[in-house]
Formats: sequence, structure tokens, C-alpha cells
Amino acid sequence: MDAGDSGAAGVAAGAGAADAAAALRIERLRKSYGAEEVLRGIDLTVASHEVVCLIGASGSGKSTLLRCVNLLERIDSGAIWLDGQLITGPSVDQNLVRRHIGIVFQSFNLFPHMTVERNVTLAPMKVLGLSRAEASARAADLLDRFGLGEKRSDFPDRLSGGQQQRVAIVRALAMRPRLMLLDEVTSALDPELVADVLDVIRELARSGMTMLIATHEMGFARDIASRVCFLSGGQIIEQAPPEQLFSRPSDERTRRFLRRIVDAGRM
Amino acid sequence: MAEAPGLPDLSARRSRLLGTGDRRGLILSTTSTVVVLAVLAAIFLLAPGSRAVRTTFFNPTDMWRALVGDPKAGYYSVGEALWLNIRMFVMAEILILILALVVAVVRQSTGPVLLPLRVVGTVYVDVARGVPLILVIFAIGFGAPALQLRGVSSQSAAVYGVAALVVSYSAYVSEVYRAGLNSVHRSQVAAARSLGLSGPASMRYVILPQAIRTIIPPLLNDFISLQKDTALVGLLGSIEANKAAELYSDTTFNYSSYTVAAILFLLLTIPLARFTDHLIARDQARRLAGARLWTRATPARPV
Repeated sequence: MDAGDSGAAGVAAGAGAADAAAALRIERLRKSYGAEEVLRGIDLTVASHEVVCLIGASGSGKSTLLRCVNLLERIDSGAIWLDGQLITGPSVDQNLVRRHIGIVFQSFNLFPHMTVERNVTLAPMKVLGLSRAEASARAADLLDRFGLGEKRSDFPDRLSGGQQQRVAIVRALAMRPRLMLLDEVTSALDPELVADVLDVIRELARSGMTMLIATHEMGFARDIASRVCFLSGGQIIEQAPPEQLFSRPSDERTRRFLRRIVDAGRM
Repeated sequence: MAEAPGLPDLSARRSRLLGTGDRRGLILSTTSTVVVLAVLAAIFLLAPGSRAVRTTFFNPTDMWRALVGDPKAGYYSVGEALWLNIRMFVMAEILILILALVVAVVRQSTGPVLLPLRVVGTVYVDVARGVPLILVIFAIGFGAPALQLRGVSSQSAAVYGVAALVVSYSAYVSEVYRAGLNSVHRSQVAAARSLGLSGPASMRYVILPQAIRTIIPPLLNDFISLQKDTALVGLLGSIEANKAAELYSDTTFNYSSYTVAAILFLLLTIPLARFTDHLIARDQARRLAGARLWTRATPARPV
């Protein structure tokens, strides 16, 4: 099911010692918007091929955390390493870092003035310098793989939400990222379209993609995650393999959150 | 000529034009139009000075002579002079599109290094928008020659006129650009940057193409006004249509030449105005279609 060894990735992240396999390491990350501190000292390690799910109420800091990792938000303090390289230093080329980190947003954010194919080939051509032919071939492979081959020449507004979100995933994958960040990618979808998108992510996990996923889909997180982190008030309250976190949460706040989810009939 | 209910497209068209789609509405709107026009014509024809106005402003012989001109009699062809307006308009329009874009992008920039440029841009827009165009034309048209700078001070009045139009209009148009840039949602920037595109590349491939689509109607609106304002350059002595009309009336004491100039300007601006309306209507239809299709797979958008 999951590619990573959930035991090894361990509960005690942030143990610090240079973990050779760590694709992503975050230490003491803090981020405020004005007076409001959204992230209050996040420590998190994601090993290669590991799938880590972030759960927690809206406003707990999941999205902000992902945006910080992608350098879309400037962090206040702390540090982030990608494959052992510090990416939050002052002389870091942000564009270079972002080539290696794919992010998919809740609201798809496809480019509405471009066809599906152009959405997917733009960055490989303009950022990686691929020729049109190379980029198109890469796009065709990915679109076919995710059942979007026929939509190649359509504009985004002719696709369903589920199709748009799959295109957004393909667009990120076309850069062959080291790490994928998924920010509640099914939250804006009609219920009947959710399954298609989740299947795509499962397939990615099977292929060994390292992923950090913010999600409200608890069943999905239980299925796919090597490890689940519960965030509350800008801190990671508890992290554990899914079977442990969902059935035997150790922190009272986690228990309360999960009980609310169950009461709402969402698990 | 009211449409049967089975032809929704046609009736929709007609109702937009006349206010209602049925036969009764058509009769009413026709009648009211005729009545209003008849009243206006009656007022004009029955006014005490009507005859004098007609011979001074609408004399066919004078209108024709002003249109074709007569160098021997000492006046220029208004029709030929209009060619200068067209050239000035095209030249100014191209320069405005470029300068205004630069100003808009600079004012939208966020880097601390560019702060001085942002200040310059803001001051420029405030000043150029705040000073009446006619004063800008005088300032450049009489100021630049007085500087006695080689290359700057020996240009024709038309060149100074175009420069003044560019200075004044670029300020307005840069604001139109800015509104367009702001209309592109920030999430589009995030999406572009997250793929590793640089700031300028995001601007060029993602933001600008979307912004330009939304600003074409307001942009054309400004250009309709620019077409007319080329007439002000006549104040510097350029023989453009309005100046030619003035010279004709100076020699003949007949103002029909101005009527000719007015008609010629209308012939220029009305097609552009109709084209603008057409683009706005098309854009609206597209938006509606886009909104309806947001979560559905059925393609129904008119392309």
C-alpha cells in the first residue's frame, strides 16, 4: 500500500541528526500574518518515498505550512531542507527550488487562457528549456496515464472540476518534482468527482512519489499515508502511522478532533 | 416584424436594441423615436435663427469646398488634413501602449530596489492625469523648441503634439493596465511561481495575457477619445482636420468646414465604438458561459 517504511520514519521526527534519506526536513518553522502566529514551531521530516498526511481543523496551519515549503510564503524563523540542502537561506534561488517541488492547490489554478497541453508544457519549456516536441511528448505521456489524453486541446473551462484538478496534478508532475505538496486538492470538488482525483494520488504513491498532503479526507489519509500529523493552533500535536493515530490517539486534542469528524459522519 | 417565440436568438437581439421583443413594443418604440426626432427637427427649423445657422454650418457648397480644399484660395482640404490626425493617432497609440505598460508594471512591482521607480511612476501618473491635455500640449509644443536642444528643439508641431498626447494618455492607460493586472487573481501568480517560473516569465506568459483580455474594451474607449484629441494638436499650428476647418472659416466666414471635420471624426470613431461594444458583449457572454460551466463537463461555450 504505502511505499515508505512507516516505522522507520518514526514518531520522533526532528531528532535532528542528518537523515540521509530525508527528502524534506523542517525545523522550528514559525510564520505570522501580522499579529496572528499561524505556525508556531513546526518540526517535521519526510523521508524519500514517504507519504505524510496533515490533518486538522481549518485554520490549523496546514495550507500555510505547504506554502512555506514551496517558498510561496516568507517564513519568520526556522529552516527547511530539501534533500539535505537548506532552501530557506538568504542566497537561495527560489525559482530553482520550486522546480523540484510540485504543489497542487485546492482551487486548481489552471491557466484559463491556455489549453490543457499548454498548461502542462509551459513550465518544462520556459523553466527547464525543453523543446516543444520534448515537452509535448512528456505531457502526452502524463495525460494519457491519468486518462486525460483526449482533453489535450481543450481549455480548462470545458473540463469538470475533477478533470481540472487532475490536469493540475499533471502540470506539477511534468516538472518531475522531487516532492509533491497537495493542498486539500479535493475540497473544491463535487462529491462524485473526488474519487477520480484520489485514485490519481494513490497511483502516485504507488509509484514512489514523496508527498506531503493536507487533507480533510480521513479515510483517504488512513489508506495512503505512511504517517499522519495532526495540526492544531500552528503546531504538530501528534504524529503517528495512520492505524495508530486514528485508533489510539495519545493526545486529548487529537481525540476531540477525531470525535468531531466521526460525529459529522465523515469517517 | 416581431419574432415568433421559437426564435430566441433573433428576439433577444431585437429586444436589446429596442427594449422589448413583441409587436406592440416595436410599434411603441418606433413611434416614440419618430416623435422625438420630429420635435427636435421642428425646434431646429422653427428657431428664429434657423436659416442663418443652416447657411453658416450646413451649406452644401461650403462643405464640399472645405472637404476638397483649394490652395489657390488659401485654404486646405479638411479631408486631406484628416490624414495627419490618423497618422498622429496611430503613432501615439503605439507609443502609449508601450509606455503605459512600462509604467503599470513598474508601479505593480514589489521589490525594495525598485522603490524610486515606483515613486517616479506614481508622481508621473498623478501629474499627467491632473494637468489638462491642452496645457501639456502647450508646455511641450512651445517648451521643447525653446530649450534649443539639438534633435529635440527642431521637430515639427505634429511631433510635439504626439509627444504631448503620449505623455497625457499613457498615465490614463497605465491605470487601465493596472486594473487589468489586478483583475488576475493572485492564485494565478502563485500557480506560475510554484512551477519555477520567474517573476517576469509569470508576468509575460500568465498574468499579462489574461489582463489584456479584460482591458481591451476600456483601452479602446480611451483610444476613441485619443482619436478626437488629435484635433488639439492644431493649436500648435499643425494643419490637421480641425485646423484646416478653422483656416477655411477664417477666409470664408462660413463654419460648414467645422461640420465637415465633425463628420469625418465621427466616421473614424463610430466604427471603433461599435467594435468596442461588440467586444464587451462577447466578453460578457463568455463570462456567463464560463460561470455556468464551472463544475460541469458539458461543453457549451460559444467559441
